[in-house]
Amino acid sequence: MERFIRHTGTAAPLRRSNVDTDQIIPAEYLKRITRDGFEDGLFSAWRKDPEFVLNQPEYQGVSVLVAGPDFGTGSSREHAVWALQNYGFAVVLSSRFADIFRGNSSKGGLLTAQVDQEVIERLWEMIEADPSTEVTVDLEARTVTAKDLQADFDVDDYVRWRLMEGLDDIGITLQHADDISEFEATRADFKPVTLS
Amino acid sequence: MGRTLAEKVWSDHIVRSVEGEPDLLYIDLHLVHEVTSPQAFDGLRAAGRPVRRPDLTLATEDHNIPTIDVDKPIADPVSRAQVEALRKNCADFGVPLYSLGNIEQGIVHVVGPQLGLTQPGMTIVCGDSHTSTHGAFGALAFGIGTSEVEHVLATQTLPLKPFKTMAINVDGELPEGVSAKDIILAVIAKIGTGGGQGYVLEYRGSAIRSLSMEGRMTICNMSIEAGARAGMVAPDQTTFDYVEGREHAPKGALWDEAVAYWRTLFTDDDAVFDAEVHIDASSLSPFVTWGTNPGQGLPLSASVPSPDDAKDEVDKVAIERALEYMDLTPGTPLREIGIDTVFIGSCTNGRIEDLRVAAQILQGRTIADGMRLMVVPGSARVRLHAEAEGLDQIFIDAGAEWRGAGCSMCLGMNPDKLTPGERSASTSNRNFEGRQGPGGRTHLVSPAVAAATAVTGHLASPADLA
Ligand code: SF4
Repeated sequence: MERFIRHTGTAAPLRRSNVDTDQIIPAEYLKRITRDGFEDGLFSAWRKDPEFVLNQPEYQGVSVLVAGPDFGTGSSREHAVWALQNYGFAVVLSSRFADIFRGNSSKGGLLTAQVDQEVIERLWEMIEADPSTEVTVDLEARTVTAKDLQADFDVDDYVRWRLMEGLDDIGITLQHADDISEFEATRADFKPVTLS
Repeated sequence: MGRTLAEKVWSDHIVRSVEGEPDLLYIDLHLVHEVTSPQAFDGLRAAGRPVRRPDLTLATEDHNIPTIDVDKPIADPVSRAQVEALRKNCADFGVPLYSLGNIEQGIVHVVGPQLGLTQPGMTIVCGDSHTSTHGAFGALAFGIGTSEVEHVLATQTLPLKPFKTMAINVDGELPEGVSAKDIILAVIAKIGTGGGQGYVLEYRGSAIRSLSMEGRMTICNMSIEAGARAGMVAPDQTTFDYVEGREHAPKGALWDEAVAYWRTLFTDDDAVFDAEVHIDASSLSPFVTWGTNPGQGLPLSASVPSPDDAKDEVDKVAIERALEYMDLTPGTPLREIGIDTVFIGSCTNGRIEDLRVAAQILQGRTIADGMRLMVVPGSARVRLHAEAEGLDQIFIDAGAEWRGAGCSMCLGMNPDKLTPGERSASTSNRNFEGRQGPGGRTHLVSPAVAAATAVTGHLASPADLA
């Protein structure tokens, strides 16, 4: 995984709340067995509407998504993270994220930065007035900056460390393989196994 | 200070705990299906890692498989490739798999409990958000993403931050015709789709204690729809009776040892929850959703809400959008909403008890003109069980399609889909835009409401049939 320290890019306003992972990537795209190429499925139902924000010429090449509250609810599909990343997003800003989506994002290196809804509203106004506005998300300083706006964002300390180091979870855990074996030795005999 | 049920199960699974880092938690059972696992197995292959504990892992085919012509090759080549990938991955890594056609095949959350693999006090994960279902047994069970699937396959553990705990107290007696599904829809409408975020919900109170295991599973299943990772019910005699004698249940002396441990799994009297919610069961009535998230629900006797009822600007926009997508007018009584298709099935309500409730209402009746009724058992065993009781014949006589086991129209990944603009009453768990097929409109309902709706052609409860 690449290290994530800070990111600067243009942003798209997604003025919707409760954006569930079925909207981010509908089930029909989940039949694929690869990790890439999901950009065509991102918000596919909404993108059929020529008015949808990502279809507007001024929001081409965006890499920051500024979304309404409760982003990423619903299914645990990690394809939602891959679709956002494959499309080109590096950061999603929202006032509230669903737990599983947030966990999945951190595994894949997509930053989910939680800010107050008031900051979201200001960013929406700013980027709608001027779509070329650059938004900088600084993971090291935990700040979002755009023009005269500067706000702190919330991110879990451990996730921040892992993203900044670009570390793979499995590698970290396998350093504790002895602890796992020790625990396994104490597992109760009445617990079930799937293979005899 | 006393501990909650969730805290007890958590602390019994800590492999490693260090200040400033997530706890490393041991996983007792890892359930796998075709949709969220291929990239995880590929990751193992690329890193040259084996599956650490194939004997604590079980795979089944459910999301993507057809529910008719199950003896023929899967028609859709992309679906077929995904199912074949699972078969190859399980063979390569030694993971047991119940394939289409096997008597143990079915929806992963129906199969685990049915085999007795789901037991109190376990940690259970699956690359599927409705893993919360297994919490009905007093297990700590939650959905994970594909990277975590790979992590569990490789290490049988997960690094996790402890969840907060919320008590959902449901006391009082449920009125006639009100079911577990109505309880959970009412809970979600009350706390909202984000209300449970960061929490494990523990369902407590006399109304919960009086539910069957099937009912408890329906409730825990939809915890995720309130934003919670997991839901739990403390195990009791109902739980032990359900588990006893099943294929993977402990036997003999081990059974006694297990039950002795299970009896310690309850929230201590002096434990403190981070949040508490109270619901009076006797005030509940059949509940249905009108909008495009599971929190947008109301009693069946209510009318479609208006954006003017919104609590804030964000909510107002959400109501407007939902009404537009659902093609509904504020003020319309919910009972007057006409339905094209009724779907009875899914891991929420595809168990034998759910099919019995629906069959009882459909017995001697026929579905409305132009209505499509799909009945999809949650597992091959549920199907056989229903057939042994003659339920299939009741459904078929009423005009229903009786299908093979799988997720089917719950998520419309196989050919069982709504067409654009088609309106369903569904016993599943998600009414998101396009969930049951692009452009499809979904109303979430209980099995009893589903059956009554199939008969009348509009949203209805069994009382409307009298
Ligand atoms: S029945 Fe529906 S909710 Fe349950 S596992 Fe299948 S797709 Fe998911």
